[in-house]
Parts: sequence; structure tokens; C-alpha cells
Amino acid sequence: MAILKTENLTYTYSPGTPYEHTAVDNVNIEFEKGELVGIIGHTGSGKSTLIQQFNGLLRPTSGTVFVDGQDIWAKNAKIRELRFKVGLVFQYPEYQLFEETVYKDIAFGPKNMGITGDELDARIREAAAFVGLREEHFEKSPFELSGGQKRRVAIAGVLAMRPEILILDEPTAGLDPKGRERILGQIKDYHKQTGGLVLLVSHSMEDIARYATKALVMNDSKIYMYDTVDNVFAHAQELRSMGLSAPQISSVFSLLEQRGLPVSSGIYTVEKAKEEILKLLAKGGEGNAQ
Amino acid sequence: MLSDITIGQYFPGRSIIHRLDPRMKIVLTLAFIVMLFLAKSLAALAVGVVFIVAAYVLSRVPLKMILKSLKPVIPIVIFTAILNMFFIEGDPFIIIWKLTISREGVYTAALMVVRIIFLIGGSSLLTYTTSPIMLTDGIERLMSPLKAIKLPVHELAMMMTIALRFIPTLIEETDKIMSAQKARGADMEHGNILQRAKALVPILIPLFVSAFRRADELALAMECRCYRGGSGRTRMKQLKLAPADFIAAAIVAVFIAGVVLVNIFVTPLVVL
Repeated sequence: MAILKTENLTYTYSPGTPYEHTAVDNVNIEFEKGELVGIIGHTGSGKSTLIQQFNGLLRPTSGTVFVDGQDIWAKNAKIRELRFKVGLVFQYPEYQLFEETVYKDIAFGPKNMGITGDELDARIREAAAFVGLREEHFEKSPFELSGGQKRRVAIAGVLAMRPEILILDEPTAGLDPKGRERILGQIKDYHKQTGGLVLLVSHSMEDIARYATKALVMNDSKIYMYDTVDNVFAHAQELRSMGLSAPQISSVFSLLEQRGLPVSSGIYTVEKAKEEILKLLAKGGEGNAQ
Repeated sequence: MLSDITIGQYFPGRSIIHRLDPRMKIVLTLAFIVMLFLAKSLAALAVGVVFIVAAYVLSRVPLKMILKSLKPVIPIVIFTAILNMFFIEGDPFIIIWKLTISREGVYTAALMVVRIIFLIGGSSLLTYTTSPIMLTDGIERLMSPLKAIKLPVHELAMMMTIALRFIPTLIEETDKIMSAQKARGADMEHGNILQRAKALVPILIPLFVSAFRRADELALAMECRCYRGGSGRTRMKQLKLAPADFIAAAIVAVFIAGVVLVNIFVTPLVVL
């Protein structure tokens, strides 16, 4: 059974006014446990609105969201408990830090769940370890840390709630390449270890290609495509017409293909590209002779 | 939920009232307030009422917006009316048990109510028809004589402009922080007053931090563009009084004269 599912989900901002705007339009989708889904779409395509409905921060104008088969807005449903199940990390989450120490800030979420004592301590240490924060950081003020460290503290604050579904809205925005790789790698590890569902909103096709198992393309408030990463990037032309790009390396390969080189399509990571080029070079002699 | 708050209730338009010089509008609004307080009878007040209603019609500000600006003063209006009715002695009008409402009481209450409502209505017209930037510009120019006594007029006006500019930004920011903390299970809707006050800490601290950060960045950006305060600064939009401004001033003067005349010839209470 799908862990997260929507039925005819629609969200309209300021209905009944001249500013009315439908940000999510009749979305039907099912996410299975164990997937790491990359959500792509240009600015204003409705990604952020969509994910905020998954943990009940926004109430759908119409349609239903099911988590574990339960309608989250059913009469006796507890929305606050749902938020512990569906962890949402906002864009620039470091702006939500407020406690005196890193340790206390990570504790905020689990404490709100009513967790205390050893269990609380264990969760904080586990979450901190996931994002690579060392013990020496625990007693520091979160405001003393560097940008990347702050971001990791904020992500740990959500991981400490051990959500079944983890949603991250552009967790790497504004970080340097090293910081990006680090955070995405940690998210991937977390995903592998817990086997839950992770949704990752990103503008970087490279990141999606490298880390995600499936990709969801949003365009104009609707779901344009939801498929495996291979299949989505096979539609590079359509993505480009939507103002999105395929990973740079796949553009390189489609250019190679246009020049008549016998490369296989569906190359979208640098690693695969390397293999493919080596393969090509191995039989290179014949290719050139023709 | 926070987006319902409107501050700086400017209603964009191109009416004659919108196009008046902001300095003149500020001065005339003050004159209108004087007019209201000069009026000693309901008849004299009616002159002021005619003036402001005509001005609203000219401004094409929808009636709905005007009523919205009056909503917060309703409690004050009711309170004033009740106080005046019961505490002014005179010719008994209605007697309820031991409480007497006098004719004079009712009359004064009516006078006060009309005065307060139109006081708010009149000054709202200024903010409806003048953009916050124009308003601070006007205030700055009107206060510029105070530079002689070393009052930093330009800096005060700049502070007002910046504050107005950042209200929507901070509201948006608050909204975001609230969502982020709710996602971590913060509970802001339940509990007693103490618990609710405590629940504000996770919102206020990040908000202050970000406000300071923004102020820092803004100051730096202003310095990068060589901002050095008011001295020697010229303006892109020069305020210039047009014929319409003098006509507006003349009309207000006529109405004030009207109020004074009605005061002389109509004695209060006759209307009741």
C-alpha cells in the first residue's frame, strides 16, 4: 500500500478574490515506501504548496491526502501527530533555529512529541550523527556555526523526530558544492538506513540524477510526469521546453549522438558517462575507421 | 492568517484627491480635524460631514474599505456615547430606574460619536489616497524647518520609509517561521496564556535574528551606494504645488468659514 497518496488534490490561494491562484491542480499520486523521489519543476510550479499539504500545514481546497491509508483531515485525525510522522524541512531551515545550544535545538521536535530522558538523548545523538555533527558542537550556540553547519543542525532537528516520510525543500540552496554533496550524501544514507520515503525538492537535475530513485516533474500546478529517473530524463526535450534542463552530461551525450557517435541514450550521471566513453574508446578503432 | 493584516492601507488610484500634493493633503487633513472640533452643534458638524463625504466621492475609494477602517473604533465610539449620555446632567429625557439620561447628554453623545467617526474617516482618506512613500516624503518636507533646531528630519523620514517597506517582508518571514516550527510540532493554538507566551519564543527569536541580519545587509547595501544621510541629497521626484492644491486649500477654508458661521447663527440643542 502506498504510504502517501493524494486524491484530486487541489489548492487555491485567496479563493474568491482577484488574486485567486490555483497552485496545485487536481493532483493524484501515490508514493511507495523506500523511494527517494526528486521533485522538480520551475519556480511557481506548485512544488512547495504540494509538499506543505503532505504534513497538514496547508489544508487542501479540495481533495484528500492519505498517509498510511488515513485521511489526514478526517474528523478525528490529529494533525499535530501527523507532523511527527511526516517531517518537513523547509528551504533555508537554519532561519528556524532559536535555542541556546545545538543540542537543545535538535531536542525541540522530539520534546514536542513528549519524548524525554534517555530516549530523547539517543534520538538527538542519532540525528546529529546522521548529519555529521560532532559532540563538540552540542553545547555551542547554533548562531556561532557556519552556514552549512546551521543547515545540518536544522535538518537534524527534523530527523530526531524519526519521521516515516521525510520531505526536504531544496536542502542545498545556497551551499557550496562540497556542502551540497555532503548533505545530499547524508540524506541518501539516512534513506538507505531507514528505508522510509524521502521527497527531495531540487532545482539541480544533477542532484536528482545522482541521488533519487524516482522523479516527479511538476509543471503549471499539475503533475507532468512521475517515473523512474531514467525514464524522466529520457524526455530531455520535453523538460527543456518546460524551462527545465536535463543534467548537463546528458546534453553532452545527446550532442554526441547528433554527431553520429554510437552512444546509448539514458546517460545522466558523470559516472555512467565515464563508463560509456571508456566503452566507446575500447572499440574506438573501428568507430574511427568507418 | 497573518496576511489579513493590512498596514499602510493605500488604495491605488488616479483621482484628483490622489494627485494632490502630499504636503497639502497632510495640512488639509489637520485643517479638517480643526474643523470638526470647531463645530459646536450637529448642524455645524454637518458642514464638515458634507465636506468629507464629497472628498470620498471624488477619491473613488470603495465604501467597503471606509467601513473597514472604522471597525476598530466601534468600541471607543460606544464607550464615549454611553459615558456622555449618563454623565451629563440636564433636562431629563429618559429615566431608567435610578439612571437619568438627559437631553443634553444625548445631544453631546451624538456630537462626540459623529466627531470620532469622521475624525477617523477623514484621516483614513489621507492614508487611502497617499502612498506610504509619498506620505513620508510629505512629512519630511513639512518638518524640514525643524532642522534649524538640529532635529534629524531626513533620518527620521528614512526610518519611517524603511519600517513601512519591511512590514510585509517581516509578516511573510513570520509566516514561514511559524510553519517551520509547526512542522517540528510546535503547538500555538492550545494551552493557557503562559504556555502560549512560551510558544512564541521559537518564533520571536528567529524573527529578531533575521530582522537584525536584514538591517545589517540593508545598511551595507546603502553604504555601497554612497548613502550618507540627508545633507546634499537631491530628489528624483520634486514636490510641486499645483493649481489644484490651492483650489483644495480654498475649498477647505470655505468649509471652515461655513462651520464658524453655523456656530454663530445656530445655537446647539435646537436640532433635537
